[in-house]
Amino acid sequence: MDFPILSSLILFPFIGALFLLFSKEKEYKNFNTGKYVALFTSSANFLISIYLWYLFDSSTSDFQFIEDKEWIKGFVNYKIGIDGISILFIVLTTLITLLCIISVTNTIKIRLRDFLIAILVMESLMIGVFCSLDLVIFYLFFEAGLIPMFLIIGIWGGTRRVYASFKFFLYTLLGSVLMLVAIISIYWISGTTDIIQLYELGIDTKYQNLLWLAFFSSFAVKTPMWPVHTWLPDAHVEAPTAGSVLLAAILLKMAGYGFIRFSLGLFPIASELFTPFVYSLSLIAIIYTSFVALMQEDMKKLIAYSSVAHMGFVTLGIFTNNQQGIEGSIIQMISHGLVSAALFLCVGVVYDRVHSRLIKTFGGLVSVMPKYSILFMLFTLASLGLPGTSGFIGEFLILMGAFKDNFLVAVIASLGVILGAAYMLWLYRRVVFGKLTNNELLKIPDLNSSEKFILWSLAIPVLFFGFYPEPLINTMEISVKDLIEMYNFNLNMYMPEVQNNG
Amino acid sequence: MDNLNLISPEIFISLSIMFLLIFGVFKKNSSNIIYNFSIISLLIAMVLIFNNPFNIKITLFTESYVIDYLSSFMKVITLLGGVFVLIISSRYLRLFKMLQIEYPILILSSILGMMVMISANDLIVFYIGLELQSLSLYVLASFNRDQLKSSEAGLKYFVLSALSSGLLLYGCSLIYGFSGSTNFNVISDNMISNQYGLTFGIVFILVGLAFKISAVPFHMWAPDVYEGSPTSVTLFFAVVPKIAALTVFIRFLYVPFINMIDQWQTILVFISIASMIFGAVAAIGQTNLKRLVAYSSIGHIGYALAGLSTASNEGIQSSIVYISIYIVMNLGLFSCLFMMKRNDQYFESTDDLSGLSKNHPLLSLSLMIILFSLAGIPPLAGFFAKLYIFKSVIEQSMYFLAIVGLLSTVIAAFYYLRIIKIIYFDEQKEKYDTDHSIWLRLSLALSTLLILLYFIFPNKLVEIVSKIIII
Repeated sequence: MDFPILSSLILFPFIGALFLLFSKEKEYKNFNTGKYVALFTSSANFLISIYLWYLFDSSTSDFQFIEDKEWIKGFVNYKIGIDGISILFIVLTTLITLLCIISVTNTIKIRLRDFLIAILVMESLMIGVFCSLDLVIFYLFFEAGLIPMFLIIGIWGGTRRVYASFKFFLYTLLGSVLMLVAIISIYWISGTTDIIQLYELGIDTKYQNLLWLAFFSSFAVKTPMWPVHTWLPDAHVEAPTAGSVLLAAILLKMAGYGFIRFSLGLFPIASELFTPFVYSLSLIAIIYTSFVALMQEDMKKLIAYSSVAHMGFVTLGIFTNNQQGIEGSIIQMISHGLVSAALFLCVGVVYDRVHSRLIKTFGGLVSVMPKYSILFMLFTLASLGLPGTSGFIGEFLILMGAFKDNFLVAVIASLGVILGAAYMLWLYRRVVFGKLTNNELLKIPDLNSSEKFILWSLAIPVLFFGFYPEPLINTMEISVKDLIEMYNFNLNMYMPEVQNNG
Repeated sequence: MDNLNLISPEIFISLSIMFLLIFGVFKKNSSNIIYNFSIISLLIAMVLIFNNPFNIKITLFTESYVIDYLSSFMKVITLLGGVFVLIISSRYLRLFKMLQIEYPILILSSILGMMVMISANDLIVFYIGLELQSLSLYVLASFNRDQLKSSEAGLKYFVLSALSSGLLLYGCSLIYGFSGSTNFNVISDNMISNQYGLTFGIVFILVGLAFKISAVPFHMWAPDVYEGSPTSVTLFFAVVPKIAALTVFIRFLYVPFINMIDQWQTILVFISIASMIFGAVAAIGQTNLKRLVAYSSIGHIGYALAGLSTASNEGIQSSIVYISIYIVMNLGLFSCLFMMKRNDQYFESTDDLSGLSKNHPLLSLSLMIILFSLAGIPPLAGFFAKLYIFKSVIEQSMYFLAIVGLLSTVIAAFYYLRIIKIIYFDEQKEKYDTDHSIWLRLSLALSTLLILLYFIFPNKLVEIVSKIIII
């Protein structure tokens, strides 16, 4: 058997966290060993994931690097593996975690060790979500992620942190328990929870609708889709910068990934049936949250609402069920992972200096922080989807897919692009341009070297994939194509039957 | 003589009770010795159980007593629970001057009663065991005589429990009247279904049993008794009697009355749903940790009963797994409670946990793991306990029960989160003492590690339990 590279990817951060847990350092100010351990583990993990991408064979849609061990006898196998879709998310996870850890080591002053442990454990669990090939394993990783995130928001968060952390935890848990019922039902219906086997067997059509809804309840909360998105602004506003980054960049992507992997893959007939429903929710999310974002006075809240709108595009793209739509969604998720992470970090940069997130505190930053303004501009433009940034590729492909499927939906969604430009540019104008009225701002320094490093490491992939998205598309193309073929095959096979019954 | 050999654990415990009583009377200041001897005699009884044949079913004394895998397993858990309860509460008892010769002897005799209940295959034998354990428990609840609350708890428990025992006895007499025997096997042979007398008998006995495991709607005593009793006794209440009562549930429902499943399944489902919801909702407002444990135990019993109500071997096994994991979690939780001591005073309010994580990082980490596990968040042991339960519930297509059960875990998660919030998010208070006994530390470390690392070896417990086949 080959070297278990995926398991080591999952385990490595966890081992790093254990090291930190037993490190004896009391002085948090000079917590250098801990910092180096965390930096070492996360950067090593990033390099391993890049190496994994290099090893990855994109000419096949089969799952690769599969590890399969018996776990709970006769029920669940520990089965992990990746295909062209999950590898991208794994690389995104390791990159974002590394940047989070760099940013945290310089900004968090209290209980740094615990924070690093939480982030590393989180990384383990998030990688686990993206490579699990068994429903129960997936659920395990998906749910376990709540614990560190709950603590991150609750311990290091802002003034309303308790409310926000409870809301986050309970909303997500409520959505997920229905998924657990569905997973166990699938076990009794099909006799296995192995995703590859389920893809081959298919799930009995008469159960699909209910099961789809149960999975949807979990993913819709996590995405978050309108009207269950309300936990997100609260969680984002109260979470510390690194927490918001993890939340926006990766946690939300779990749901999008879940939609592609499970909703489309396991329940094609139900997905087809519910497509109009998802379309309407996505459109409401795009338009409504864009308007809400326009009116926000808190920068973080504005970006949080913009996340909801962007995830609306993602769900829209996924359920178009054509090559462009799904590929666009995946690129949009990757791009949103990079861009929203960067935007939250940008807010974090000024928050660390002024301790305010209100837009009205700022204005005229360009004269004191020119470097910051350039990078912030870049990410603002990437967020609204300017050609040449990765945001454009994603939105463009999604809209192309949507036009193919339904003209009206695409037109309404395009309106969302305009609104997106409106709120992002307005935010930028109010924060960076204008007159410098607040005297406090006069003395603040521009970006320091670590902030520069973090933001440029996000800016480079945003620009690179904006001009040259080939590596992303090549990696996932075959997997997506196969998924759609399987989807259409199932549809053609069972749809007449459903129509007769219905 | 073979028969006596098979019940040697019970005989050994009764002999050691008598010996320790006499010893305690004749030798002054012997409470420490007696305490240690009772722990040792529980361990010896455990060895004697392992000495008996494990895998075959043997009935003794004209089929009124049964030794099988279920009884051996449950007895071992009961004894282990008893041992752990005794070793972690010794310092607490010493501090409150409750370390008298009667205390360990009462624990021993209630455990003896439970062992009889576990093996009972006859209504009379079962009732004798039940009364032996209940009478010991009444005294234990009011053991702290100087405290009003403790006496009140004992009295409350006595009055209500006597009532439920009366109902139970009435049910037994009805069943005897309509089936002509008190023996479980004979009842099951003689049974003609659709006899209303039998249905009434089952209902009465279920009421009595539901009272003993504090399932809704017969749970009213639990919060007061849990709060009023000395913490060491609360621990005993929360852990040990549940095992025996659950075994009786299994034996009573699945041996004589398996054919009347339509009659009792609905009742059990109702009790289960009511306990799960009530346990979750009522615990939200509690500020006393012992009261909170009472409500949480009501909720957890609901999950165990959900497994029992499925009428399948998998269901029975899942509820046994559930109760085993629940015991480990409770032992850990109470170890934490015993550690909240400052200047010879124990604290039991949720506010006393405020900011614990800053002063005692390891203690609060364990407590957090235990609480998340009680809430059923993966990958901790509590999640797997629920997973097995709902796996067997959904196998029987009881979707309503499964969905209600899982939704109530969300409600229950709220109050566990509230404690975690107090530990981790709130301002710190004064430090607690750290001079805990080695046994207390050991039990906390052991239970935390078992909960945390359960997911690495999920098969061990299930393999053992899967040999329990009733139907």
